[in-house]
Amino acid sequence: MHPQRKQRLQMVVFIVVAASLAVGLLLFALRGNINLFYPPADIAAGKAPVGQAIRAGGMVRAGSVVRAPDSLKVQFVITDYAADLTVHYEGILPDMFAEEEGAVVAGMLNDQGELMATEVLAKHDENYMPPEVAETLHPKVDAQHRGGYGQ
Amino acid sequence: MWAWFHKLGSPRWFYRISDLCLPWLTVAGLLFLVVGVVWGLLFAPPDYKQGNSFRIFYLHVPTAVIALVGYYVMAIAGAVSLIWKMKLADIVMKEAAVIGALLTFLALFTGAVWGKPTWGTWWVWDARVTSMLILLFLYIGVIALNNAFTHPEQSGKACAVLSLVGTVNIPIIYKSVDWWYSLHQPATIKFTERSTIHPDMFWPFVVITVGFYVLYAVALMFNTQTAILEREYRTQWVRDKVQQ
Repeated sequence: MHPQRKQRLQMVVFIVVAASLAVGLLLFALRGNINLFYPPADIAAGKAPVGQAIRAGGMVRAGSVVRAPDSLKVQFVITDYAADLTVHYEGILPDMFAEEEGAVVAGMLNDQGELMATEVLAKHDENYMPPEVAETLHPKVDAQHRGGYGQ
Repeated sequence: MWAWFHKLGSPRWFYRISDLCLPWLTVAGLLFLVVGVVWGLLFAPPDYKQGNSFRIFYLHVPTAVIALVGYYVMAIAGAVSLIWKMKLADIVMKEAAVIGALLTFLALFTGAVWGKPTWGTWWVWDARVTSMLILLFLYIGVIALNNAFTHPEQSGKACAVLSLVGTVNIPIIYKSVDWWYSLHQPATIKFTERSTIHPDMFWPFVVITVGFYVLYAVALMFNTQTAILEREYRTQWVRDKVQQ
C-alpha cells in the first residue's frame, strides 16, 4: 500500500476508535439516565425520586387488576418478581394491556409508595406465533387473550 | 491485486456495469417484494396477541435493518473516498445518505404506526427510538454538510468524517434494547440463536427482506448513475451518452 494511503487508513481507524471510545464513556457515565423506567425493585429500594414524574415498568401481576365499577379508575400491581408496585390510573388502558404482560407506567409516587399514573403503555414481547400454535403451547394464556385479539 | 479495485473506481466502468445489472435487479427486487408483501399481509397467520397489527413487522423490520446496514455502506464508501480519493466512492457515500435517511424515516414512521395500537403511544423517548432518531439526524447531517459546499468535490472529506464518527451509533441502536430498559421489545430475528417467530410468519419476512436489499442496491446504483452524469458532464463519454 502507498505510504500516504496507509497514513490515511490509520486516520480513518483513529476516527472510528476515538469516536467509539468517547461515546462509549459518555453512555457509561449516563447509563442510569438512559433507562426508560425504574423496575419495582429500585423503587422499593428508594432509588426513585418521590414527588417527581418517573416511569416504572414490569409485568402486570396476574389477578391484580381491579377496575372501579362506576368510573375509569383502575388499580393494578406491576412486578419484576423481586418487588411489587401498586399503580393507580384513571383512563383507557391500551388494547394490549393484560395481566402477565409487560407495562410501562408514568406518574408520581405518593407517600404510601404507590404510583399515581398519568399514562399506561403496554410492552409486548419479541415472540410471534399464530393463535393455533399459542393455544397448543400455553392454553391458559391464549384464552386470556382471546378477548383482545382480532378487534 | 489492486487492479480490479481501481477499475471499480472508474465512474465510466461503473456506469456500464450497472446499466447491465439494473434491469435484472429491478425485476428480481420487485418480484421478491411483491411476493413477500402478498404472502406476509394476506396469507401469513395473524399473531396470537397482536392479531393483524403484527403485520407492520413486515415493513418495519426490513426498513430498519437496511437503514442500519445502509449506514455502513455510506461509512465504508466514505472511508474508501478518504483513503483512495476515489470519486465513485464519494458519490456512493452521498447517495447512500439520501436513501438511508428515507429508510430511517420509514422505520420510525412504521414504528409509530405499530406503536399506537400495541404500546398505546406512537412515540416514546426510549433508547431504541431515540438512537434511531439520532441515526436520521446523522443521515440528514451528511446531506446538509454536502449541500453546504458549493462544489461536491470539496464536501467529500467533511461528509466522510461525519459518516465515520456516526458509525458508533449503529451497535448502540442494535444493542439498545438489551443494554437499557426500553419500551421496545428485544430482537426477534437473532443470528446466534433461534429466532422467536413462527416459521409460517418468518419466511415471508425473509422474502421481503431480500427484496428490500435488492431494491436498496437498485436505488443506490440508479442514483449513483445519475450523479455520475451530473458530475462528469465535461467528459466525452457522458456527452456521447447524453446525445444518444
